[in-house]
Formats: sequence, structure tokens, C-alpha cells
Amino acid sequence: MNNRLGAQSGNTAPRNPRMPIEIIQAGLRKRHAAEFRFRLYGLVAITLGLLSLGTLFFTIFSQAYTAFEQTQIKLDLFVDAQLLDPDGRQDPEILLSADYGAIVKAGIGKLFPEVESRRDQRALKALVSQGATYKLREMVMQNPGVIGKTLTLWVPADDDVDMLMKGHTDRKEPEATRRLKDNQLAWLDRLQRDGRLEKRFNMDFFTQGDSREPEIAGIWGGVVGSLYTLALTLVFSFPLGVAAAVYLEEFAPQNRWTDLIEVNINNLAAVPSIVFGLLGLAVFINFFGLPRSVPLVGSMVLTLMVLPTIIIASRSALKSVPPSIREGALGIGASPLQAVTMHVLPLAMPGMLTGAIISMAHALGETAPLLMIGMVAFIVDIPKGTLDPAAVLPVQIFLWADSPERAFVERTSAAIVVLLGFLVTMNALAVILRKRFERRW
Amino acid sequence: MSIITLVVALLLMSSVAYYAGQKRSLIVSRGRVRDLHSLPGYYGLYVALWCGLPALFVVGAWLAFEVDIITKLVVAGLPEIIIRQGPERVTLVVNEIQNIVSGRVYGEPDPAILSAAAHYRQLQATSHGTLIVLAVSMAVTASAYALSRIKPRHRARNAVESTVKAMLLLSSTLAVLTTIGIVLSVLFESIRFFQVVPVTDFLFGLEWSPQTAIRAEQVGSSGAFGSVPLYAGTWLITLIAMLVAVPIGLMSAIYLSEYANAEFRAVAKPLLEILAGIPTVVYGFFAALTVAPFIRDLGTQLGLSVASESALAAGLVMGIMIIPFVSSLSDDVINAVPQAMRDGAYGMGATRSETVRRVIIPAALPGIVGSILLAVSRAIGETMIVVMAAGLAANLTANPLEAVTTVTVQIVTLLVGDQEFDSPKTLAAFALGLALFLFTLVLNVIALYIVRKYREQYE
Repeated sequence: MNNRLGAQSGNTAPRNPRMPIEIIQAGLRKRHAAEFRFRLYGLVAITLGLLSLGTLFFTIFSQAYTAFEQTQIKLDLFVDAQLLDPDGRQDPEILLSADYGAIVKAGIGKLFPEVESRRDQRALKALVSQGATYKLREMVMQNPGVIGKTLTLWVPADDDVDMLMKGHTDRKEPEATRRLKDNQLAWLDRLQRDGRLEKRFNMDFFTQGDSREPEIAGIWGGVVGSLYTLALTLVFSFPLGVAAAVYLEEFAPQNRWTDLIEVNINNLAAVPSIVFGLLGLAVFINFFGLPRSVPLVGSMVLTLMVLPTIIIASRSALKSVPPSIREGALGIGASPLQAVTMHVLPLAMPGMLTGAIISMAHALGETAPLLMIGMVAFIVDIPKGTLDPAAVLPVQIFLWADSPERAFVERTSAAIVVLLGFLVTMNALAVILRKRFERRW
Repeated sequence: MSIITLVVALLLMSSVAYYAGQKRSLIVSRGRVRDLHSLPGYYGLYVALWCGLPALFVVGAWLAFEVDIITKLVVAGLPEIIIRQGPERVTLVVNEIQNIVSGRVYGEPDPAILSAAAHYRQLQATSHGTLIVLAVSMAVTASAYALSRIKPRHRARNAVESTVKAMLLLSSTLAVLTTIGIVLSVLFESIRFFQVVPVTDFLFGLEWSPQTAIRAEQVGSSGAFGSVPLYAGTWLITLIAMLVAVPIGLMSAIYLSEYANAEFRAVAKPLLEILAGIPTVVYGFFAALTVAPFIRDLGTQLGLSVASESALAAGLVMGIMIIPFVSSLSDDVINAVPQAMRDGAYGMGATRSETVRRVIIPAALPGIVGSILLAVSRAIGETMIVVMAAGLAANLTANPLEAVTTVTVQIVTLLVGDQEFDSPKTLAAFALGLALFLFTLVLNVIALYIVRKYREQYE
């Protein structure tokens, strides 16, 4: 290994009768320089790694924070009984299908009485989001008493208006290529002067389901879908993983079958996640006929995916319990199973839970296998159970990232921030659990 | 929902059976626990297991095959006209019937379909009713049998423990079953694919355009399934990722384990590992929205034409994702090199970098190679980054500035969206999945073998 050093000294010794110490010192500067460079490479590598982490977080957060505010317009809406409920019976069927868009249109039209042509009126209406109509309908459905009264409401503005207010659209662009025309800009300026146009906290983002309109699209559907999926995954995978780990660590005989299982688990831990999705599609959906896009199937696929990780973590937790505990229990007459369930398992539990939480964090961020089982459908409703079609948070991010509207960029980033928030919480929980219950024997 | 009620009822019955068993053991021993072979609780568990396990097993098996059998019966009862329209039409009709049964009615369905849905609902009700009666009577009979077995000499603990151990064994075989399931499911679909498209075309064909004609007279969509461009694209992106991840990951591991003091290590190592915990969809978004435009603009300034979905962007970001895999695995491997070897080198007057380069890396080389292979397998199987940042067009090119597509991207594109299950297009996804699975499996086996052998060397 030192043949280069050896060769040098062998070559130089006869030509240059110096002391060995001189030879070493002559090369020392060069060697120290090499040492310095090597150390620098290491530092540069770490800096590059951390820099990419920083860039990633910076770009996400700097794009995300604006999504927590949403431009809204204050409108005085006259809830016209003639329009909604001509016969005054407050029949939900009729109320549901009534023309709320006309009320919103009248509401904004009243602020600009001078706008008369049909085209201009349409341009004026376009400043208000479609969400205003839904919001009004929801209010009337909940409380039919408002019919015939005038409501003063802050309703979401269209995403183009929102982008303008947040400075993502350039006013100086030529009118032909601009999304908002000159007359619309003038109306907006007047609204702003009247204090009827401002950015307010974006509650819809946290409480609504998905939508094609960026200004009223929210993450709640994805969050609920993720919660259902994750809860079921935990229920399926933790008992199975612990049972498998207990068998392999405490009871399995040393034979070929056990070897096969161990090799299998290690390999499964490194199989690409999309392959588990293919398995779920072929077995759960096509063979057993389970419905597509539901949290139940998603959690079954994720269970198979995280099981190897949980087994490996649980086994190392079991390994860390010293044999003296088992021997003590066996010595006072416990059966092997009693020794494990009553003495070893409780001591290994914090370690197993830590492993489970980290696996759940992994499952929460997983997207690819869920795409395979159809969890990419556009779903507006908030899922009410594990058999309702649902999206999960990362899939929601994927869908929004694909949308062409500029306003979805900030929402995607904000959804990522929420997802990262969940992940950080889970990992922090795992760390706390480990710190609090870790025992050194 | 009635099935969930049934399962809950069975669990409740089991807990009742537990108390019954416990009571029974005290009765047969006339209250003298010392005369019993096992503690009363074990007699309770014995009865509870008899009560719950067979019934739950029956419920599981029944539900697994119920949908299939009912569907077959309903299809058999469909009018001739629908069946003569071919299997695709039948699949659609079955979907519609299932939608109606679960309460999602779109538009005005055909009366024949409505009656079929009623038939379906009726069969389902019959099946559930039978199941409930069967499961409950099984639970009751089995508990009665188990209760009658309880005698003071009866070895309840041994029976319970061997059942529990069998269940533990079963859970551990689930890993093997998963592997078998993966192999069988992708293999069967692949075989069906290869009946339509010859294996040689798939393996050696240079053109990939999976759009097959829906109608015979359509032009320009003949469907070519040559997978070579996909492998080339996958390799190109993996290569770029490795060019980023291996130097950065390896040098960080060396610095952290050989140079850094404890405090720096305690901060930098977890920070680097955050990179491994970020969901891949986030990297995909970062690649598509930040890195790819940046590279394109940079290329335009340098006078290069860069595709907006260049392989370089996807590869770079994937490399960032892989850094912690390389660094933490290499860190373990480097730390496993015995301290005596370092001390020997220092004793000879070697500097730290000389020790690292001439002693530690050669000694740790097998482990490092193993960890790099694991990272390669990770990069090949990575899906979301490439789905979001790499292209769809299957270009056979080695230019990292052009758009390429990968195996995983194609699997996702072929399977996402509504299409019937039997077309060569969807089956092709399974053939690609088989290739992906086999390839990563071989890589993993080699890597794990190397790492294992290496660990044994220094233990």
C-alpha cells in the first residue's frame, strides 16, 4: 500500500545521499498541501449537501407563504327571494339548484353601475371567483332565513386577481398577452381604494377539498385521506411487524426457512415502491375486486411496503434487551412465550414504536404506489370513511404541481409545507420517544 | 357496513368466551387454582381463540371470493346483447353495476343494468346473511366445544402458546408471500403481454410508442414496444445522479467520520439525513419548477439548447436525494474499519488523508461498493422525481440536455388513467415492472451479499 513512498525513497537514496529525515521533510509541504486539499473536499461536499437542502427549503417556503393569504372582495349581496325561492317553500331541492351566480353578478354589478355592455359585465363578473357562488349557496342552505336580506360578505377573488395582488403578474405587460385587461385593472384599483379588495387569511385552503379553481382549492380532503390511510396502515402493519420480529428474533430455529425469510425481508426493504403498487393493482384490485382509489387498498399496499422496515426496527429493539432479562424470567418458571410477552416486549416497546413512527412518516410521503391503485382521481368531496374515494396529501401535491395555473404553484408549495410539518412532527415524536425511554443496559 | 358489525360482534363474543372459559376452569377445579394445569386466564384465552379464530378466518376467506363469485353470477344473468358485445363492454357494464350498487348513479342507466344491479344487491344480501349465520354459529359451536374440553388436567397454556407461536410464524411468512405475490402478479401479466408482443421485440426493440390503435382504421398508432430507449434513459439519469451523489456522499462520510469533531458531527449528520426523509414528490416539484428552468436558462445563456424536461435536471435532483443513502451507509462501513488499522498507519507517519486513501478506503471498499449498488438500485426504482421532471418521449440519446424517459415514468403513464385492463398497453407496464423488479433484485442481492461478507471480515 505504501509502494509509492517506498519507490521514491528507493530511487532517491543512491543519487542523493540525504538523511531519511531530510527526505521526509522535503516531501512534507506537498503532503500537507494534499492533506489540506483532501480536508477541503470533505468540507465542500458537506457544504454542497447542506446547501442543496437549504435551497430546497428556501424555494419551497418562499413560494409557499403567500398561499396562506387570499385576495377577497367585499360584496353586498341581496339574496333575492324572487330568484332563489319564488314560491317561498324553502324546498332544499329548489334552493340547491337555484341561480346563485346571478346574485353574485348583481352584487358586483351594483358597485359599478356604469358598466353596461354585456361583454364588460362578463369581464366584471370574472373578477369574482366561482367560489363566491358556492359560498353563498352553502350559507343559504344552512340558514334559509337569510333569503330576502342583504348580506355583506368577503368572497374570494379570481386567481388572476389574486396573482396580481401578490405581484406575480406584471401590470406593464402589453394588454393582449395579459390575463387581466385594462378595464379590469381600473375596476380593481377602484375596489382597492374603497377598501373592498384586500388580502385576508386563506381559511378555505385548510378547510376545503380539491377544486379546479385554484382560489378555492384546499388540502383538507388530502389531509383526511392521508389520516385514514395512515391510521389503517398503522393498524395493519404494527401488529404484523412486531409478531414477525418476535418470531424471528426469539423463536425461529436456525434453518434454511428462517434464512429465506430474513433474506426476503432485507430484499423487500430495497424493492422500488412502485412495484408494491403493481402488486396492489394486480392482487387487491383485479383479483380480489376491491374498489379503486380508496384508503383501505392504499393502506394495504403501504402496509406491505413498510412491513420490512418495521420488522427490521423491531428486531433491533428486541436485540437490545439483554439476555439476562429472558434468563431471569425463565429461571423463575416462565414459559418462553411468557418471558417474551411479559418481560422482553414491554422493554422493547419504545424502540419498536420509534421504528413504527418513522415508517409511518415514510408511508405518509409515499406517492408512487398510490398512483398505481388509482388514488390520483380528482376528488372534491372530503372522504367520510375508509371505503370512500380519497386523495392523499402527496398525491394532491402531485396533481397540483401538474396544473397549468400560476396560482397553483404557491398552493403546491403551501401543501408541501403542511406535509413537511406533519413529517417533522412525527420525526420529533420519534426522537422524543427514543430520548425519554431509551435504556442503556 | 354489516361486515364490520359482524367482526366487532365476533370480537365481543370472543371476550365473552374468555370470561366463560375462565369461570369454567374455576368451576371444574372447584375453585382450587392449584389443581389446574394452567392459570385460569389461559383457559379463558383457549376458549376465546376457539371462538374467534375459525369464524374470522371464514369471514376473511368468504369476503375474498365474494365479489368475484357474485360478479360471475350477475354476468351470467346479463342479457345476451351485452355479452355478445365482447369482454370490454362486459367489464364496463360490471363497473356501472357496482357503481349503482354502492349508490353512485350517473345519468339514466339502462333498465337491464338496473335489474342486474338489483340482482347484484340481492345476491350480496343473501351472501352476507349466510355469512353472518355461518360465522356466528361457528363461533358458538367452537366455544361450546372448547368449554367442554376444559378439565383440571387440560393443558390450556400449551395449546394457547402453540397457537400464538403459529400466528407469529404466519406473520413472518408474510414477507415471503409478498415476494411471491409480486413475482406472480407481474409474471402472469407479463406472460400475457408477451403473447401479444414477442419477447425479442420488447427486449431489443429501439422504438417505444405504446399508443395502440383503438379502432382498426386509425393512423399512426401502431404501438411499438421496444424497451431499449427506456433502459437507456433510466441509465442516463441514474448515471447523472450517481455522479452527484457518490463524490458528495462519500467525501461527507469520510469527513464526518475521520475529521469532524463530535459537535460538528452531531449537527451535520442529522441535517444531511433530513434529505432522506423528504418525500420524493417534493423533490419532483423542486426539480420541475426550480432546477429545470434554471438549467434551461443557463444553457440558453451559454448558447446550448436544453430541453425543458432535461435528463440533467432530474438526475441532479435525484443525486441530491441519494446523497444521504451513500453517506450514511459509507459512514457505517468506514466506522467498521478497526481502529488498529488507522493507528498502524498513523504510527508509520502517514497523514490523515494518506491513511484514508491508502488504508481505510481499500479496507472498506467492498462495503462502499455495496452501498453504492444499493443507491443505484434506489435511483433506478425512483419514480416521482422522474415522473414530474423527466419527459415522456422515448429518445434514445446520451445527451443529458435532452429529454429522456425512464422505466418508472412509463409504468406510471401506462397505468394512470382509465383504460381496460387487458390491452397490451397496460400489460406492457407489468412487463416493465417485471424488468424493474428483477434488475433491482439482482442489484440488492449482490449488494447485501457484499455488505454482509464485509461485516463478517472485521467481526
